[in-house]
Amino acid sequence: MDYKDYYTIMGVARDAKQDEIKRAYKKLARKYHPDVNKADDAEARFKEVGEAYDVLKDPEKRAAYDQLGANWKAGQDFNPPPNWDEGYEFSGGYSDGDGADYSDFFESLFGQQFKQGQGGRQQAGFNARGQDHHAKVSIELMDAYQGATHSITLSAAELDANGQVVTKQRTLKVKIPKGVKKGQRIRLAGQGSAGMGQGGKGDLYLEIDFKAHPFYRVDGHDVYLDLPITPWEAALGASIKVPTPDGPVDMKIPAGTKGGGKMRLKGRGIPSAPPGDLYVVPQITLPAADTEEAKALYQQMEKTLAYNPRSNLGV
Amino acid sequence: MNDKILNGLLLDETTVLSLDEVCQACSSSNEWVIELVQEGVLEPRGQQQTHWQFSARCLQKAHTAMRLQRDLDINLSGIALALDLLDEIDSLKSRLLLLEQTAK
Repeated sequence: MDYKDYYTIMGVARDAKQDEIKRAYKKLARKYHPDVNKADDAEARFKEVGEAYDVLKDPEKRAAYDQLGANWKAGQDFNPPPNWDEGYEFSGGYSDGDGADYSDFFESLFGQQFKQGQGGRQQAGFNARGQDHHAKVSIELMDAYQGATHSITLSAAELDANGQVVTKQRTLKVKIPKGVKKGQRIRLAGQGSAGMGQGGKGDLYLEIDFKAHPFYRVDGHDVYLDLPITPWEAALGASIKVPTPDGPVDMKIPAGTKGGGKMRLKGRGIPSAPPGDLYVVPQITLPAADTEEAKALYQQMEKTLAYNPRSNLGV
Repeated sequence: MNDKILNGLLLDETTVLSLDEVCQACSSSNEWVIELVQEGVLEPRGQQQTHWQFSARCLQKAHTAMRLQRDLDINLSGIALALDLLDEIDSLKSRLLLLEQTAK
Protein backbone atom coordinates (compact mmCIF):
# COMPACT_ATOMS: atom_id res chain seq x y z
CA MET A 1 0.00 0.00 0.00
CA ASP A 2 1.29 3.47 -0.87
CA TYR A 3 1.70 6.26 1.64
CA LYS A 4 -0.35 9.33 0.70
CA ASP A 5 0.96 12.78 1.45
CA TYR A 6 -2.25 14.65 2.17
CA TYR A 7 -0.41 17.96 2.63
CA THR A 8 1.18 17.78 -0.81
CA ILE A 9 -2.15 16.79 -2.37
CA MET A 10 -3.73 19.88 -0.83
CA GLY A 11 -0.69 22.04 -1.61
CA VAL A 12 -0.37 23.29 1.95
CA ALA A 13 2.43 23.22 4.54
CA ARG A 14 2.32 20.68 7.37
CA ASP A 15 1.69 23.49 9.84
CA ALA A 16 -1.13 25.06 7.78
CA LYS A 17 -3.99 26.52 9.80
CA GLN A 18 -7.47 25.02 9.48
CA ASP A 19 -8.87 27.98 7.50
CA GLU A 20 -5.94 27.74 5.09
CA ILE A 21 -6.71 24.06 4.53
CA LYS A 22 -10.36 24.87 3.95
CA ARG A 23 -9.48 27.54 1.38
CA ALA A 24 -7.12 25.16 -0.42
CA TYR A 25 -9.80 22.49 -0.48
CA LYS A 26 -12.49 24.82 -1.86
CA LYS A 27 -10.18 25.94 -4.63
CA LEU A 28 -9.06 22.43 -5.62
CA ALA A 29 -12.59 21.01 -5.40
CA ARG A 30 -13.83 23.66 -7.84
CA LYS A 31 -10.86 23.02 -10.11
CA TYR A 32 -11.17 19.24 -10.28
CA HIS A 33 -14.92 18.74 -9.97
CA PRO A 34 -15.74 16.20 -12.70
CA ASP A 35 -18.71 18.28 -13.89
CA VAL A 36 -16.42 21.26 -14.42
CA ASN A 37 -13.14 19.64 -15.45
CA LYS A 38 -13.37 17.20 -18.35
CA ALA A 39 -9.80 15.91 -18.09
CA ASP A 40 -9.55 12.14 -17.73
CA ASP A 41 -7.89 12.28 -14.32
CA ALA A 42 -10.16 14.99 -12.89
CA GLU A 43 -12.43 12.59 -11.05
CA ALA A 44 -9.47 10.76 -9.46
CA ARG A 45 -7.92 14.07 -8.41
CA PHE A 46 -11.25 15.28 -7.01
CA LYS A 47 -11.60 12.13 -4.89
CA GLU A 48 -8.00 12.36 -3.73
CA VAL A 49 -8.50 15.97 -2.64
CA GLY A 50 -11.76 15.02 -0.89
CA GLU A 51 -9.98 12.24 0.98
CA ALA A 52 -7.10 14.54 1.98
CA TYR A 53 -9.54 17.17 3.21
CA ASP A 54 -11.55 14.63 5.14
CA VAL A 55 -8.46 13.85 7.18
CA LEU A 56 -6.93 17.32 7.48
CA LYS A 57 -10.12 19.20 8.36
CA ASP A 58 -10.80 16.92 11.32
CA PRO A 59 -8.41 17.83 14.16
CA GLU A 60 -8.53 14.28 15.56
CA LYS A 61 -7.75 12.57 12.28
CA ARG A 62 -5.16 15.17 11.39
CA ALA A 63 -3.34 14.70 14.69
CA ALA A 64 -3.37 10.93 14.20
CA TYR A 65 -2.10 11.30 10.63
CA ASP A 66 0.60 13.78 11.72
CA GLN A 67 2.03 11.42 14.28
CA LEU A 68 2.89 8.94 11.50
CA GLY A 69 5.72 11.43 11.00
CA ALA A 70 6.90 13.75 8.26
CA ASN A 71 9.50 11.39 6.82
CA TRP A 72 7.15 9.44 4.59
CA LYS A 73 7.22 10.11 0.88
CA ALA A 74 4.14 9.90 -1.32
CA GLY A 75 3.97 6.49 -2.99
CA GLN A 76 6.31 4.87 -0.46
CA ASP A 77 5.21 1.40 0.66
CA PHE A 78 3.26 1.85 3.85
CA ASN A 79 1.87 -0.28 6.66
CA PRO A 80 0.40 1.38 9.71
CA PRO A 81 2.52 0.78 12.82
CA PRO A 82 0.77 -1.39 15.43
CA ASN A 83 -1.57 0.57 17.68
CA TRP A 84 -0.68 3.71 15.76
CA ASP A 85 -3.99 5.30 16.65
CA GLU A 86 -3.87 4.50 20.32
CA GLY A 87 -5.04 7.42 22.37
CA TYR A 88 -6.99 9.08 19.57
CA GLU A 89 -10.70 9.21 19.68
CA PHE A 90 -12.66 9.36 16.46
CA SER A 91 -16.14 10.67 16.46
CA GLY A 92 -17.15 10.61 12.82
CA GLY A 93 -15.50 8.10 10.57
CA TYR A 94 -16.27 9.04 6.99
CA SER A 95 -18.08 12.29 6.98
CA ASP A 96 -18.97 13.59 3.54
CA GLY A 97 -19.45 12.05 0.18
CA ASP A 98 -18.92 8.52 -0.88
CA GLY A 99 -16.29 7.27 1.53
CA ALA A 100 -16.29 3.88 -0.14
CA ASP A 101 -14.15 5.43 -2.89
CA TYR A 102 -11.28 6.32 -0.59
CA SER A 103 -7.83 4.78 -0.95
CA ASP A 104 -6.49 1.65 0.75
CA PHE A 105 -4.17 3.95 2.65
CA PHE A 106 -7.10 5.84 4.16
CA GLU A 107 -8.85 2.54 4.78
CA SER A 108 -5.91 1.15 6.75
CA LEU A 109 -5.83 4.22 8.99
CA PHE A 110 -9.47 5.05 9.48
CA GLY A 111 -11.33 2.00 8.18
CA GLN A 112 -12.27 0.62 11.59
CA GLN A 113 -14.04 3.81 12.56
CA PHE A 114 -15.90 3.79 9.28
CA LYS A 115 -17.33 0.39 10.06
CA GLN A 116 -18.73 1.66 13.34
CA GLY A 117 -20.16 4.69 11.65
CA GLN A 118 -21.97 2.58 9.07
CA GLY A 119 -23.30 0.19 11.68
CA GLY A 120 -24.90 3.07 13.49
CA ARG A 121 -26.63 4.24 10.35
CA GLN A 122 -28.17 0.91 9.45
CA GLN A 123 -30.82 0.94 12.09
CA ALA A 124 -33.95 -1.16 11.86
CA GLY A 125 -36.71 0.67 10.10
CA PHE A 126 -34.37 2.98 8.19
CA ASN A 127 -35.17 3.08 4.48
CA ALA A 128 -33.23 4.83 1.75
CA ARG A 129 -33.07 4.41 -2.00
CA GLY A 130 -29.72 3.11 -3.23
CA GLN A 131 -27.27 5.48 -4.90
CA ASP A 132 -27.36 6.06 -8.64
CA HIS A 133 -24.19 5.17 -10.52
CA HIS A 134 -22.80 7.06 -13.49
CA ALA A 135 -20.44 5.68 -16.10
CA LYS A 136 -19.21 6.57 -19.58
CA VAL A 137 -19.33 4.21 -22.52
CA SER A 138 -17.30 4.80 -25.70
CA ILE A 139 -18.88 3.44 -28.85
CA GLU A 140 -18.00 3.39 -32.53
CA LEU A 141 -19.87 5.76 -34.83
CA MET A 142 -21.23 2.69 -36.67
CA ASP A 143 -22.95 1.59 -33.45
CA ALA A 144 -25.03 4.78 -33.53
CA TYR A 145 -26.09 3.99 -37.12
CA GLN A 146 -26.94 0.35 -36.59
CA GLY A 147 -27.42 -0.15 -32.86
CA ALA A 148 -25.19 -2.58 -30.95
CA THR A 149 -24.74 -4.59 -27.80
CA HIS A 150 -21.88 -3.54 -25.55
CA SER A 151 -20.26 -5.35 -22.66
CA ILE A 152 -19.41 -2.92 -19.91
CA THR A 153 -17.27 -3.75 -16.90
CA LEU A 154 -17.86 -1.59 -13.87
CA SER A 155 -16.12 -1.67 -10.56
CA ALA A 156 -17.86 -0.31 -7.52
CA ALA A 157 -17.02 -0.31 -3.84
CA GLU A 158 -19.49 -2.24 -1.72
CA LEU A 159 -19.77 -3.30 1.89
CA ASP A 160 -19.57 -7.06 2.39
CA ALA A 161 -21.31 -9.02 5.14
CA ASN A 162 -18.64 -8.03 7.68
CA GLY A 163 -18.93 -4.37 6.85
CA GLN A 164 -15.57 -4.33 5.02
CA VAL A 165 -15.27 -2.24 1.90
CA VAL A 166 -14.52 -4.45 -1.10
CA THR A 167 -14.23 -3.57 -4.77
CA LYS A 168 -16.53 -5.68 -6.86
CA GLN A 169 -16.41 -5.97 -10.61
CA ARG A 170 -19.41 -6.79 -12.67
CA THR A 171 -19.97 -7.04 -16.39
CA LEU A 172 -23.21 -5.96 -17.98
CA LYS A 173 -24.39 -6.46 -21.53
CA VAL A 174 -26.23 -3.35 -22.60
CA LYS A 175 -28.16 -2.64 -25.75
CA ILE A 176 -27.07 0.60 -27.44
CA PRO A 177 -30.08 1.79 -29.43
CA LYS A 178 -29.76 3.08 -32.98
CA GLY A 179 -29.62 6.89 -33.21
CA VAL A 180 -27.77 7.70 -29.98
CA LYS A 181 -25.77 10.92 -29.84
CA LYS A 182 -22.70 11.99 -27.91
CA GLY A 183 -23.61 13.09 -24.40
CA GLN A 184 -26.96 11.30 -24.33
CA ARG A 185 -27.57 8.97 -21.45
CA ILE A 186 -29.12 5.55 -21.11
CA ARG A 187 -30.84 4.82 -17.84
CA LEU A 188 -30.74 1.25 -16.56
CA ALA A 189 -33.28 1.06 -13.79
CA GLY A 190 -32.23 -0.87 -10.68
CA GLN A 191 -28.56 -1.29 -11.73
CA GLY A 192 -27.22 1.15 -9.13
CA SER A 193 -26.40 0.48 -5.48
CA ALA A 194 -28.70 -1.53 -3.27
CA GLY A 195 -30.92 0.53 -1.01
CA MET A 196 -31.27 0.24 2.75
CA GLY A 197 -34.27 -1.36 4.38
CA GLN A 198 -37.26 -1.05 2.08
CA GLY A 199 -35.53 1.47 -0.19
CA GLY A 200 -35.27 0.37 -3.82
CA LYS A 201 -32.06 0.02 -5.82
CA GLY A 202 -30.53 3.06 -7.49
CA ASP A 203 -30.19 3.40 -11.26
CA LEU A 204 -27.19 3.23 -13.56
CA TYR A 205 -26.70 6.06 -16.06
CA LEU A 206 -24.46 5.41 -19.05
CA GLU A 207 -23.24 8.46 -20.92
CA ILE A 208 -22.50 7.94 -24.61
CA ASP A 209 -19.19 9.03 -26.05
CA PHE A 210 -17.86 8.31 -29.54
CA LYS A 211 -14.44 6.89 -30.28
CA ALA A 212 -12.54 9.01 -32.80
CA HIS A 213 -13.11 7.82 -36.39
CA PRO A 214 -10.33 7.98 -39.01
CA PHE A 215 -12.40 10.11 -41.42
CA TYR A 216 -15.83 10.98 -40.00
CA ARG A 217 -16.32 13.75 -37.45
CA VAL A 218 -19.44 14.02 -35.35
CA ASP A 219 -21.21 17.20 -34.24
CA GLY A 220 -24.47 16.51 -32.43
CA HIS A 221 -26.44 14.35 -34.87
CA ASP A 222 -24.57 15.66 -37.91
CA VAL A 223 -21.55 13.93 -39.38
CA TYR A 224 -18.75 15.59 -41.39
CA LEU A 225 -16.53 14.03 -44.00
CA ASP A 226 -13.53 15.60 -45.77
CA LEU A 227 -13.75 14.34 -49.34
CA PRO A 228 -10.72 14.58 -51.63
CA ILE A 229 -11.66 15.52 -55.20
CA THR A 230 -9.65 16.18 -58.36
CA PRO A 231 -9.30 19.65 -59.94
CA TRP A 232 -11.26 18.51 -63.02
CA GLU A 233 -14.09 17.10 -60.88
CA ALA A 234 -14.24 20.45 -59.08
CA ALA A 235 -14.04 22.51 -62.27
CA LEU A 236 -16.26 20.47 -64.57
CA GLY A 237 -18.60 18.82 -62.09
CA ALA A 238 -18.91 15.07 -61.68
CA SER A 239 -20.90 12.29 -60.16
CA ILE A 240 -18.73 10.51 -57.60
CA LYS A 241 -18.99 7.80 -54.95
CA VAL A 242 -19.02 9.06 -51.39
CA PRO A 243 -18.62 6.76 -48.37
CA THR A 244 -21.21 7.14 -45.62
CA PRO A 245 -21.46 5.11 -42.40
CA ASP A 246 -24.49 3.45 -44.04
CA GLY A 247 -22.54 2.47 -47.15
CA PRO A 248 -21.43 4.36 -50.28
CA VAL A 249 -23.79 6.72 -52.12
CA ASP A 250 -23.52 8.62 -55.42
CA MET A 251 -23.21 12.37 -55.18
CA LYS A 252 -23.21 15.11 -57.82
CA ILE A 253 -20.42 17.65 -57.56
CA PRO A 254 -21.54 20.84 -59.33
CA ALA A 255 -19.20 22.49 -61.84
CA GLY A 256 -17.10 25.22 -60.24
CA THR A 257 -17.02 23.62 -56.76
CA LYS A 258 -14.59 25.32 -54.41
CA GLY A 259 -12.65 23.51 -51.71
CA GLY A 260 -13.67 23.98 -48.08
CA GLY A 261 -17.40 24.60 -48.62
CA LYS A 262 -19.85 21.99 -47.45
CA MET A 263 -22.40 19.92 -49.30
CA ARG A 264 -25.29 18.37 -47.44
CA LEU A 265 -26.56 14.84 -47.77
CA LYS A 266 -29.87 15.25 -46.01
CA GLY A 267 -30.80 12.61 -43.45
CA ARG A 268 -27.52 10.69 -43.81
CA GLY A 269 -26.25 11.72 -40.37
CA ILE A 270 -26.98 9.84 -37.16
CA PRO A 271 -30.45 8.24 -37.47
CA SER A 272 -31.90 9.96 -34.40
CA ALA A 273 -35.39 11.44 -34.42
CA PRO A 274 -35.16 13.65 -36.47
CA PRO A 275 -32.13 12.22 -38.32
CA GLY A 276 -29.00 14.32 -38.71
CA ASP A 277 -27.29 15.25 -41.98
CA LEU A 278 -23.98 14.22 -43.51
CA TYR A 279 -21.85 17.16 -44.62
CA VAL A 280 -19.28 16.53 -47.29
CA VAL A 281 -16.41 19.02 -47.27
CA PRO A 282 -14.61 18.85 -50.66
CA GLN A 283 -10.83 19.11 -50.55
CA ILE A 284 -9.28 19.70 -53.95
CA THR A 285 -6.09 17.67 -54.35
CA LEU A 286 -3.47 18.07 -57.05
CA PRO A 287 -1.95 15.21 -59.00
CA ALA A 288 1.85 15.18 -58.79
CA ALA A 289 3.81 16.52 -61.77
CA ASP A 290 6.13 13.52 -61.68
CA THR A 291 6.15 12.47 -65.34
CA GLU A 292 6.96 14.35 -68.56
CA GLU A 293 3.33 14.02 -69.64
CA ALA A 294 2.00 15.43 -66.38
CA LYS A 295 4.45 18.32 -66.53
CA ALA A 296 3.37 19.07 -70.09
CA LEU A 297 -0.27 19.18 -68.99
CA TYR A 298 0.48 21.66 -66.19
CA GLN A 299 2.55 23.79 -68.58
CA GLN A 300 -0.28 23.78 -71.07
CA MET A 301 -2.70 24.98 -68.35
CA GLU A 302 -0.26 27.73 -67.41
CA LYS A 303 -0.15 28.95 -70.99
CA THR A 304 -3.81 28.54 -71.85
CA LEU A 305 -5.64 29.60 -68.67
CA ALA A 306 -3.81 32.81 -67.65
CA TYR A 307 -5.10 32.30 -64.14
CA ASN A 308 -3.98 34.56 -61.30
CA PRO A 309 -5.40 33.42 -57.96
CA ARG A 310 -3.72 36.41 -56.24
CA SER A 311 -5.34 39.17 -58.30
CA ASN A 312 -7.45 40.37 -55.36
CA LEU A 313 -4.26 40.71 -53.27
CA GLY A 314 -3.04 43.37 -55.70
CA VAL A 315 -0.11 41.37 -57.10
CA MET B 1 -21.11 -12.98 -16.08
CA ASN B 2 -24.79 -12.55 -16.64
CA ASP B 3 -25.61 -13.04 -20.31
CA LYS B 4 -28.87 -11.17 -20.20
CA ILE B 5 -28.86 -8.15 -22.48
CA LEU B 6 -30.12 -5.10 -20.64
CA ASN B 7 -32.43 -2.73 -22.43
CA GLY B 8 -32.08 0.70 -20.92
CA LEU B 9 -34.18 3.77 -21.51
CA LEU B 10 -32.49 6.17 -23.91
CA LEU B 11 -32.94 9.66 -22.54
CA ASP B 12 -33.35 11.61 -25.79
CA GLU B 13 -35.44 14.45 -27.22
CA THR B 14 -38.61 12.37 -27.01
CA THR B 15 -38.20 11.64 -23.29
CA VAL B 16 -40.82 13.33 -21.14
CA LEU B 17 -40.57 13.22 -17.35
CA SER B 18 -43.01 14.49 -14.75
CA LEU B 19 -42.02 16.51 -11.69
CA ASP B 20 -42.30 13.39 -9.53
CA GLU B 21 -40.11 11.37 -11.89
CA VAL B 22 -37.38 14.03 -11.85
CA CYS B 23 -37.53 14.20 -8.05
CA GLN B 24 -37.30 10.44 -7.78
CA ALA B 25 -34.38 10.24 -10.21
CA CYS B 26 -32.53 12.88 -8.17
CA SER B 27 -33.62 11.50 -4.78
CA SER B 28 -34.62 15.07 -4.01
CA SER B 29 -37.65 16.88 -2.66
CA ASN B 30 -40.27 18.48 -4.92
CA GLU B 31 -39.34 21.86 -3.45
CA TRP B 32 -35.73 21.57 -4.62
CA VAL B 33 -36.74 20.84 -8.23
CA ILE B 34 -39.33 23.65 -8.13
CA GLU B 35 -36.59 26.03 -6.96
CA LEU B 36 -34.45 24.96 -9.93
CA VAL B 37 -37.36 25.82 -12.23
CA GLN B 38 -37.84 29.21 -10.54
CA GLU B 39 -34.15 29.90 -10.93
CA GLY B 40 -34.45 29.19 -14.67
CA VAL B 41 -32.08 26.21 -14.51
CA LEU B 42 -34.80 23.81 -15.65
CA GLU B 43 -37.34 24.87 -18.23
CA PRO B 44 -40.18 22.35 -18.31
CA ARG B 45 -42.95 22.59 -20.86
CA GLY B 46 -46.46 23.21 -19.55
CA GLN B 47 -47.87 26.10 -17.55
CA GLN B 48 -49.11 24.45 -14.40
CA GLN B 49 -46.82 22.61 -12.07
CA THR B 50 -48.98 19.49 -12.23
CA HIS B 51 -48.55 19.41 -16.01
CA TRP B 52 -44.85 20.17 -16.16
CA GLN B 53 -42.98 18.06 -18.69
CA PHE B 54 -39.21 17.78 -18.27
CA SER B 55 -36.80 16.77 -21.03
CA ALA B 56 -33.82 14.43 -20.68
CA ARG B 57 -31.59 17.49 -20.81
CA CYS B 58 -33.44 18.84 -17.74
CA LEU B 59 -32.71 15.64 -15.84
CA GLN B 60 -29.04 15.84 -16.79
CA LYS B 61 -28.92 19.45 -15.58
CA ALA B 62 -30.68 18.52 -12.34
CA HIS B 63 -28.12 15.77 -11.71
CA THR B 64 -25.23 18.17 -12.34
CA ALA B 65 -26.88 20.79 -10.11
CA MET B 66 -27.22 18.20 -7.36
CA ARG B 67 -23.53 17.25 -7.54
CA LEU B 68 -22.38 20.89 -7.64
CA GLN B 69 -24.49 21.72 -4.61
CA ARG B 70 -23.35 18.68 -2.66
CA ASP B 71 -19.66 18.80 -3.54
CA LEU B 72 -18.95 22.51 -3.85
CA ASP B 73 -21.58 23.98 -1.58
CA ILE B 74 -22.86 26.41 -4.24
CA ASN B 75 -26.22 28.15 -3.90
CA LEU B 76 -28.87 27.97 -6.63
CA SER B 77 -27.99 31.24 -8.40
CA GLY B 78 -24.37 30.12 -8.46
CA ILE B 79 -25.41 26.75 -9.88
CA ALA B 80 -27.49 28.46 -12.56
CA LEU B 81 -24.52 30.61 -13.56
CA ALA B 82 -22.11 27.64 -13.52
CA LEU B 83 -24.44 25.54 -15.71
CA ASP B 84 -24.83 28.36 -18.26
CA LEU B 85 -21.07 28.81 -18.42
CA LEU B 86 -20.46 25.06 -18.68
CA ASP B 87 -22.92 24.92 -21.62
CA GLU B 88 -21.09 27.75 -23.31
CA ILE B 89 -17.70 26.11 -22.76
CA ASP B 90 -19.06 22.86 -24.21
CA SER B 91 -20.32 24.50 -27.39
CA LEU B 92 -17.13 26.53 -27.81
CA LYS B 93 -15.02 23.39 -27.34
CA SER B 94 -16.94 21.42 -29.95
CA ARG B 95 -16.71 24.34 -32.41
CA LEU B 96 -12.98 24.57 -31.74
CA LEU B 97 -12.59 20.82 -32.30
CA LEU B 98 -14.41 20.99 -35.65
CA LEU B 99 -12.33 23.99 -36.75
CA GLU B 100 -9.09 22.29 -35.72
CA GLN B 101 -10.01 19.13 -37.61
CA THR B 102 -10.99 21.09 -40.72
CA ALA B 103 -7.76 23.10 -40.60
CA LYS B 104 -5.67 19.92 -40.64
